[in-house]
Amino acid sequence: MTDITPQTVREHGLSVEEYGRIKQLLNRDPNLVELGVFSVMWSEHCSYKSTRAHLRRLPTKAPWVLQGPGENAGVIDIGDGDVAVFKMESHNHPSFIEPYQGAATGVGGIMRDVFTMGARPVAMMNALRFGAPDHPKTRHLVSGVVSGIGGYGNCMGVPTVGGEVNFHRSYNGNILVNAMCVGLARGDKIFKSAAEGAGNPVVYIGSKTGRDGIHGATMASAEFNEDSEEKRPTVQVGDPFTEKLLLEACLELMATDAIIAIQDMGAAGLTSSSAEMGSKGGSGIELDLDRVPQREENMTAYDMMLSESQERMLAVLKPGREGEAERIFKKWQLDFAVIGRTTDSGRLIVKHKGAVVADMPVHALSEEAPVYNRPFERRTPASGSPPYDRARPVMDSLVRLMASPDIASRRWVWEQYDNTVMADTVQRPGGDAAVVRVHNTDKALAITTDVTPRYCKADPFEGAKQAVAEAWRNLTAVGATPLAVTDNLNFGNPEKPEIMGEIASAVDGIAEACRALDFPVVSGNCSLYNETNGEAILPTPAIGAVGLLKNVNRMATIAFKRENDAILLIGDTKGHLGQSIYLREIEGKEEGAAPPVDLSAERKNGDFVRSLIEAGKVDTVHDLSDGGLIVALAEMALPTRIGAKIALPATGDAIAFLYGEDQARYLVAAADAERILADAKAAGVSAVLLGRTGGDKIAVEGAGEIAIAALARAHEGWFPSYMGGTELSPSN
Amino acid sequence: MKSAVVVFPASNCDRDAAVALEHLTGEKPHMAWHADTDLPDVDLIVLPGGFAYGDYLRCGAMAAQSRIMRDVKKKADQGVTVLGICNGFQVLTETGLLPGALMRNAQLKFVCKPVGLEVEETQSVFTRKYDKGQKLSFPVAHGDGNYFADDETLDRLEGEGRVVFRYAQGENPNGSARNIAGILSEKRNVLGLMPHPERVCDPMLGGTDGVGLFQSLIEALS
Repeated sequence: MTDITPQTVREHGLSVEEYGRIKQLLNRDPNLVELGVFSVMWSEHCSYKSTRAHLRRLPTKAPWVLQGPGENAGVIDIGDGDVAVFKMESHNHPSFIEPYQGAATGVGGIMRDVFTMGARPVAMMNALRFGAPDHPKTRHLVSGVVSGIGGYGNCMGVPTVGGEVNFHRSYNGNILVNAMCVGLARGDKIFKSAAEGAGNPVVYIGSKTGRDGIHGATMASAEFNEDSEEKRPTVQVGDPFTEKLLLEACLELMATDAIIAIQDMGAAGLTSSSAEMGSKGGSGIELDLDRVPQREENMTAYDMMLSESQERMLAVLKPGREGEAERIFKKWQLDFAVIGRTTDSGRLIVKHKGAVVADMPVHALSEEAPVYNRPFERRTPASGSPPYDRARPVMDSLVRLMASPDIASRRWVWEQYDNTVMADTVQRPGGDAAVVRVHNTDKALAITTDVTPRYCKADPFEGAKQAVAEAWRNLTAVGATPLAVTDNLNFGNPEKPEIMGEIASAVDGIAEACRALDFPVVSGNCSLYNETNGEAILPTPAIGAVGLLKNVNRMATIAFKRENDAILLIGDTKGHLGQSIYLREIEGKEEGAAPPVDLSAERKNGDFVRSLIEAGKVDTVHDLSDGGLIVALAEMALPTRIGAKIALPATGDAIAFLYGEDQARYLVAAADAERILADAKAAGVSAVLLGRTGGDKIAVEGAGEIAIAALARAHEGWFPSYMGGTELSPSN
Repeated sequence: MKSAVVVFPASNCDRDAAVALEHLTGEKPHMAWHADTDLPDVDLIVLPGGFAYGDYLRCGAMAAQSRIMRDVKKKADQGVTVLGICNGFQVLTETGLLPGALMRNAQLKFVCKPVGLEVEETQSVFTRKYDKGQKLSFPVAHGDGNYFADDETLDRLEGEGRVVFRYAQGENPNGSARNIAGILSEKRNVLGLMPHPERVCDPMLGGTDGVGLFQSLIEALS
């Protein structure tokens, strides 16, 4: 065994204090294998040591929550014994270094988190942030990430039904790839990871172990610099074919009652899966590495314990059921090996070539990981309403916004994802939320991911509230009852007090909004150290959310469906232009206060809109977000090419009214305006009749008009021409 | 009509095909495992979409060598009706049950979207319920759907009325020769097509244009 020097400790990303704590817990110096194991288990990525103290403030309970944070994924009750299982997770650092494999294995990892719980994945979403479009690497990264997501998800046969793509220069050196997976299961067939009981066989299933991805978790817990691309060997390579077999084999085994516990091997592979299972079950685990299926020769214990080879699972079976399980895995042509057993020693003991190469208390690895109350400074939120040119022609700006990188159609992206496989996709990408039917029922899940990072930069607290509110609104806009949230907190270096302040404020914002909207957080992931050469990304607390449509036949979509429908605006408009897309794209200003979020108005307005959809009074709804009212109106006109004519209010500025990004608002279209206005009055909800659908233009009385065909060209044109390599003028 | 759906490792539209068949025929299809030696006696064999064996060699190449395909080939030669959708079409060309090959899409990207089709040939057990020239919309979802054959073969396919579906003008999603979307075998009992009829058999999913194909089969084979 190599002697541990201060440099070895440093290279493992451990501080002097942390190393001292390890020695104390072991009552001796660790050997290199043990040091490696501690280093990944105590990494930010695995231990959440900087955020754990804050995450405790998130609401995680509701009567319909069957499993909150702490398992591989959250579980919610969706009635009739059915449950939805979901989680969102980042694969940011690997995707920047090797975009195709980084994104692909991100998809594979989150799918395993869901099917390890016994659920069949039924929908994928992803929230992607790239650098400025004119940055030399952006095109390459977009291309690689999108084809990586498609390459993995398409082969798995799970539809990728939507997500977000944004561009901002703050992501030039740290893109974000957050993937969300939603699965379905029966409530009485949920599998967990607690390895209870002694003497039970520990089995290894899936792919063979290679040297790929060693120290991936440690890489994800450090800032980037110019040398980061040299870390390419630590990015894992995905094999969706094997994962598809693993999915089917696991579900087949799960249909028996042979499993006590099961856990996927994700970050920190064999180390974290065995330590977490042992720790949760209050047992010990003994592993014999000679029995681990190996892809390469002469692998050391260190290699095997830290490998992040993909498509692997660890399970604890009931004694005597090994043969049955092995038959299933052989049928699916997967490796299967009994590599150890559970014990009552409370220790993780690793043997290799007949010798004990590691012997550590299980709880020390997972439960004794350091928790830091890092110093933090809450920033004073940006304030004020920046001036803008009130004489600028309104409709010219609309064309520019429709063709701007953050609003242009994402068709180029989603057409590379199989979004209709499994034959249950009721709403494809392009609407407010994706809708996927629960197989063989009239129920459906609505799914969305949301966050507006520029709001979060200006005001982490209000911005995080807004992310939750917008997710809730998007689910509501299709007619779903929002049920629960998974959060993916992407931030810079938590050792900087201003970044830690962003995290603390964002967690508070999420907590307040989730509480007010009965929208608990059931799973999540943190990705910190998203900095390159000291420059942090915009704070990006991405919110993935799931809602339930009890009757999929009562659903709304954004597209105008008939001529001469009344167009109504639900919610108050003050004309908030601070931090708007309009200011950024048209005036070149990223300034002012983020829009405030009135959670009681969100709730009241949203409940009202949902009641209209559920009652069958409305089938056309769009939430108002980036670009405000007029962009929403254009998006409603584009799918069916049915235009609209609206009037401006008697007072106030047209630009602020049309482009302001006030929250808690929806546009609805319906034949009968009077009835909806009366219902709104009765509910105490602000609603005004703006105009009517019809024609082939978007027309605003007193502000001009524009042909839908011209808007379509602008909206559809940007992405293909950008990816096709057309020169761009610098923006963002 | 009795049917069977072949399941290769990483087939992923096997369930979709089974759901459409059960919904339209009222009978569950037999799910045949790739390692089986024999198929039961059925009227229709479906090779579903997916990524059989990961499509790691050439799409469909390894599936074409699987044990079950010997029996599929034998039964097809005896006249049993075989429908290959997407990956299933690729397996059929790799097996030699259909001529030509499916290459990488011309734009080199996976493509998933509804595409316009025209029914060119109604003299088949697969299309008798459609009208000649009828316009349909089926989704495609593939990375390798670019149909290729030499001119002589293409002329022959056209001359013998074996081009059953063509992509509508301006809708060819993959660069296929002569806009070909689906073709018949010489004995007209084997159809391969890239678009997915089984995904448009339910109005909730955006259309029912695929129902005609299954109803044609039910009428012809029941």
